[in-house]
Amino acid sequence: MRLKLERRDAASRWATVAAPLIALGLAILTSLILFAALGKPAGQALYSLLLEPFDGWYNISELLLKMGPLMLIAQGLAIGFRTNVFNIGAEGQLIIGAICASALPIYFPTATSVWMLPAMIGLGAAGGAVWAGLAAGLRTRFNANEILVTLMLTLIATQVLNYLLLGPWKDPHGFNFPQSVMFPDVALLPILLPGTRVNISLLAALIASGLAYVIMRHRFSGYQLLVGGLAPRAARYAGFSESRAVWMSLILGGLAAGFAGACEVAGPLGQLQRSVSTGYGYSAIIVAYLGGLNPLGIMVSAFLMAALFIGGDNAMVSADLPVAAVFVFQGLLLVYYLGSLTFIRHRITFNGMGRA
Amino acid sequence: MTPLLQLKGISKRYGGVQANSGIDLRVDAGSIHAILGENGAGKSTLMKLIYGVEVPDDGQIIWKGQPAHLSNPSDARRLGIGMVFQHFSLFETLTVVQNMALIVPGSKAALSARIRDLGARFGLTIDPRAVVHSLSVGERQRVEILRCLLLNPELLILDEPTSVLPPPSVALLFDTLRALKAKGMAILFISHKLEEIRDLCDTATILRQGKVTARLAPRERSARELATLMIGRPMPPAVHPTPQGLGEQRLELARLDYLNDDPFGVSLSDIGLSVRGGEILGIAGVSGNGQQELAALISGELTLPGSHRDCVRLMGLPVGDLGAAERRLRSFAFVPEDRLGRGAVPDMSLSDNALLTAHSRGLVRNGFIRRQTERSFTADCIARFDVRTPGPHAEAGSLSGGNLQKFIMGREMMLDPAVLLVAQPTWGVDIGAATEIRQRLVAMRNKGAAIIVISEEIEELFEICDRLHVLHKGRLSPSLDVARTTVDEVGTWMIGAAA
Repeated sequence: MRLKLERRDAASRWATVAAPLIALGLAILTSLILFAALGKPAGQALYSLLLEPFDGWYNISELLLKMGPLMLIAQGLAIGFRTNVFNIGAEGQLIIGAICASALPIYFPTATSVWMLPAMIGLGAAGGAVWAGLAAGLRTRFNANEILVTLMLTLIATQVLNYLLLGPWKDPHGFNFPQSVMFPDVALLPILLPGTRVNISLLAALIASGLAYVIMRHRFSGYQLLVGGLAPRAARYAGFSESRAVWMSLILGGLAAGFAGACEVAGPLGQLQRSVSTGYGYSAIIVAYLGGLNPLGIMVSAFLMAALFIGGDNAMVSADLPVAAVFVFQGLLLVYYLGSLTFIRHRITFNGMGRA
Repeated sequence: MTPLLQLKGISKRYGGVQANSGIDLRVDAGSIHAILGENGAGKSTLMKLIYGVEVPDDGQIIWKGQPAHLSNPSDARRLGIGMVFQHFSLFETLTVVQNMALIVPGSKAALSARIRDLGARFGLTIDPRAVVHSLSVGERQRVEILRCLLLNPELLILDEPTSVLPPPSVALLFDTLRALKAKGMAILFISHKLEEIRDLCDTATILRQGKVTARLAPRERSARELATLMIGRPMPPAVHPTPQGLGEQRLELARLDYLNDDPFGVSLSDIGLSVRGGEILGIAGVSGNGQQELAALISGELTLPGSHRDCVRLMGLPVGDLGAAERRLRSFAFVPEDRLGRGAVPDMSLSDNALLTAHSRGLVRNGFIRRQTERSFTADCIARFDVRTPGPHAEAGSLSGGNLQKFIMGREMMLDPAVLLVAQPTWGVDIGAATEIRQRLVAMRNKGAAIIVISEEIEELFEICDRLHVLHKGRLSPSLDVARTTVDEVGTWMIGAAA
């Protein structure tokens, strides 16, 4: 008797929903074993990791705060992933977005104009788009792999951030800390939920999700991207431009990441500092895939991933877990998910016995 | 006499499809036995079961009176069963003898001697030191057959061996098979070409929808009778084109050269042809002689530099440097030979596959997809072209090859193009559907469209075309008037022997 994978006649809806849940279950199981092997209190660790984020208004509001940028960036990236354009450098685009947005309040620290905030966000989004556009230009002109280019551009963006914070943009009254001046009030995003740090960028992320849904489901341009991803030869046959797909994917991803970067400095940070780069850009990749690259799924997975971020911080404190344990958990989640994806289009049969 | 091979009640199911059901078969030594059936009748499945590629769900395989359990091809080879597949499995960068040495034991020198010896005895002459990629398709097939013969099989299975051969090579192959039969070998010959079977085979088993519908001696029956048994109803009448008034020049290629970057690809040189409205131009030739490249150059999937834009003219205007989308805007449509992944996206519904090229037919407004129109266009196409499917929501990948071909053909024809290019219109399509497709092409021509058909099937081209070119090694023959040329003349061009 042999195990065999057999293609299903159509994608299984049941498996589409079950795959992320099964992945979550397996990731929990594996990490329980891992934590126990590390000699840590496994139950306590899991409680901190998975349940504490939902314990109390403060935790939930922090969760929503982290969910915003994850969701926004993931929506942008997912569009590209569906057409096989892999923008791995959202982190760099986020940093450049934060830098561009910060330029205004840093050079005009006493400004009172109401246009400050829209201009910052516009500049941030444009910066992210330009940063991603570099990769698009290199890909379409020289066929340079966008995975490598976006990744390396992230390293450059980090160094640009370091240079600015250690040099020209360092707060002269900041005790030599690598951070900019605090932004004036007109450069800060209004709070959405009073008493918390959640600002209106969460609304922007929700609107972006709606837009992503419309593009991928109802726009012909989104359809062309899908065809390019599912069957590149069919896209060529129909005459859908590949370079257009590359540009559109990277620009949309860059816009979203730059926007998110601007919202970080204008939101919870209130200044430009090195901690603007906390890995949202990388985690958004996991969020995009866990959400099945589907705009609605990404809203759910962004929520889950934000909970993991909060839970990871908690677990480090309460269960004395190393910071790597949280990354390991995220990695397990992604690997199991990609594995269980197989069953959406395939089923297991036992040789000679399997029947439809 | 104990039969060499006997099958009793063999059944095999794939998912929802019963590929073989309750098949009995008897093959004797020293005979050529035909397995006849339409595409999808279960011929290939049956051969895979005999060769151990697949295991039957039910039934018995009896070899020389003993029950045999074949779980993989090496079991079958050990018993003495050899098989030549329709698609060759040779390493192109190795020589003939190196390819053989991969599965046949013995030193290279000894193998070379045996290859020469067998080749001389059975008319399969081949140079053992030749590199495979330099061989023609016919020669590669000889290599495949020789590789089987080196293992001294008692039963040789040939899966549609003539579909890749030009007519003169078919005659050579038949001589070889007759010589093998005279030595006492049994041959299972799979085909859907009736004349060949009547010419070559002693007995025939006819399959339809996975079941045996007849066992007979093909020489005692007419081709028409065999066809009726094969498709279960009388053959649809063939269409004979009547000469029509020709319209204006629609597509013209002149001094078109194309240098292929791929070392195993084909380069085209000095291609010239033209098609007018109201005629069907055929491109004959064995696949792999530049057909794919020619089709891509006409469709715009391959484009020329701006300096050569004049080499391709569509509706009188130079389009050589324009992409596929722009050429489609100029009323061009194309049915490619590979349907899944090129003509259609397997993971998308038929509706979404209609959108692939029919988006200009009001399926998109202001950049938004109009689902209602998309669905009704698709439903219309399904109904008009008799596509067997649950409906517009079915995924393209779930359709059989023939049905998907009808869908793609329908989609492109509903665009009502001025120029239609069709590559291998009836590959993998059953006879009934193939006749229908040909009729539709002729009807389109009669309404004034310019049609180019690239096909390996000479009979098909003779049936529907007004003029023919033959493509051989990247060069195009002069235009041949179908009414005045013969299959033999075209065959000579196909192997490049014409002056």
